[in-house]
Amino acid sequence: MKDFGYARANDVGEAVTALATAGTAVIAGGTELLNWMRLGITEPDQVVDIGGVEELRGIDFDGDHLVIGALATLNDVEGNFLVQQHAAALASACRQAASAQLRNRTTIGGNVLQRTRCPYFRTEEPVPWPCNKRAPGSGCASLHGRHERQAVLGWTDDCVAVQPSDPAVALAVLDAEVDVVGRSGRRSISMRDFHLSQAEAAVLDNGPDGLQRENRLDVGELIVAYRVPVHDGEQSAYVKVRQRASYEYAIVSAAASLRSAGSTIVSARVALGSVAQRPWRLPQAEQALAGQPLTREVLTAAVGAALEDARPLPNNAYKVAMARNAAVRALLMAGADL
Amino acid sequence: MPDERTTLEFAREIDVQITVNGEDVAARVSPRTTLLDWLRESVGLTGAKKGCNEGACGTCTVLVDGGRMNGCLTLVVQCDGRTVTTVEGLAGMGGELHPVQQSFLHHDAFQCGYCTPGQLLSAVACIAEGHATDEATVREWMSGNICRCAAYPQITAAVLAAGAGMEEGSR
Repeated sequence: MKDFGYARANDVGEAVTALATAGTAVIAGGTELLNWMRLGITEPDQVVDIGGVEELRGIDFDGDHLVIGALATLNDVEGNFLVQQHAAALASACRQAASAQLRNRTTIGGNVLQRTRCPYFRTEEPVPWPCNKRAPGSGCASLHGRHERQAVLGWTDDCVAVQPSDPAVALAVLDAEVDVVGRSGRRSISMRDFHLSQAEAAVLDNGPDGLQRENRLDVGELIVAYRVPVHDGEQSAYVKVRQRASYEYAIVSAAASLRSAGSTIVSARVALGSVAQRPWRLPQAEQALAGQPLTREVLTAAVGAALEDARPLPNNAYKVAMARNAAVRALLMAGADL
Repeated sequence: MPDERTTLEFAREIDVQITVNGEDVAARVSPRTTLLDWLRESVGLTGAKKGCNEGACGTCTVLVDGGRMNGCLTLVVQCDGRTVTTVEGLAGMGGELHPVQQSFLHHDAFQCGYCTPGQLLSAVACIAEGHATDEATVREWMSGNICRCAAYPQITAAVLAAGAGMEEGSR
């Protein structure tokens, strides 16, 4: 890890001012940044520590929204009664992420900014194989190499990686907004659209750095808080499918939120995780499910139809079926509480 | 709008004051130094181990202000003003073992011992958090500590017994 200058920000203004200088990284939990610096994914000249910024802390309920500060750790979020009560999918996603000791450090602000677990990407400098995210223009070793865990939606020939965050999938299904601040002020971004697939990133920035762009946070912007709308009578759930029962990244995951009248679905929302470089909502299935009976057959047909445009790679078609089944399970779990 | 009155001073050496196992330690550190490296190389406490150095194995687990954390993913500058407990700080002043250490011995909860310092600290926190309730819960909340000898059944039993015993003792 290369040496860097270090300073502690006392407030958001100081942090944002510091971030305007090129080569400045922000640290909160540090669980991603330290590994990036070790591998050479990023090599900042200076690091601004926002861990002491009080206004980024806390989890509150304002009557309509849960307001979750960026510095809330994943254990803070999963253990919070208000989150458990009003956003069960988010509590569950946080609880199933990483390990107990990592969740004491990892913040909900930083978590959604984690980068892919693609093994071709997560390698030490000098990178011994093509990776467009590490060396723009070098190619994608995974496309014609190992890609069993990679994307089935939204990928391009330039990159087939997936976004591994669990909380991001829950935030997307819950229609959460993320508040961000930069030199030009504050704005909100829907977590439905916060992350970018490779195809979307190429449209936004078709230059050599386009594949570095994985979300809509601009350079120099900082995540302040999430606002999660609370709808009475709606229940949510999160299903994570992985190779071991705990402390492992998802092969696929699914988050669902549901409102029903008896055994009839009034409204449903569903998002898939680890199938693309972004949480993948299924609007076609959501529309088809309104007014339908809450049965496994109906759910399987609707989700299956919505996944017909999936584009699996030669060795990961299993993920489409697995994602469909995870989505059905998440919808049934959300419905079981009603 | 962001306040531009203040410009932060970025330093390449930082003074920290940290309470380690009950003793106040003052040090001047490079910002890139991890808590794990500092404990091992500067303080001389080699109980916390450097296994994977990327947050995958848990053998560097220590307590920071009572919460368990991976020492390899924590900068020592982030611990300024805090209290750190390592495995060397678990036993009593007279050398009597901590109830969790005693329970690991009793249940034969290790083979090679490399992961044990991290397992012990994680177990102390797991019990304090209230997660030592049943086998499945202990396995879930101890999953961040890998044991390649696979002493998991014994570790789980040791954590459950220590948790029950400590609850008994506190009555």
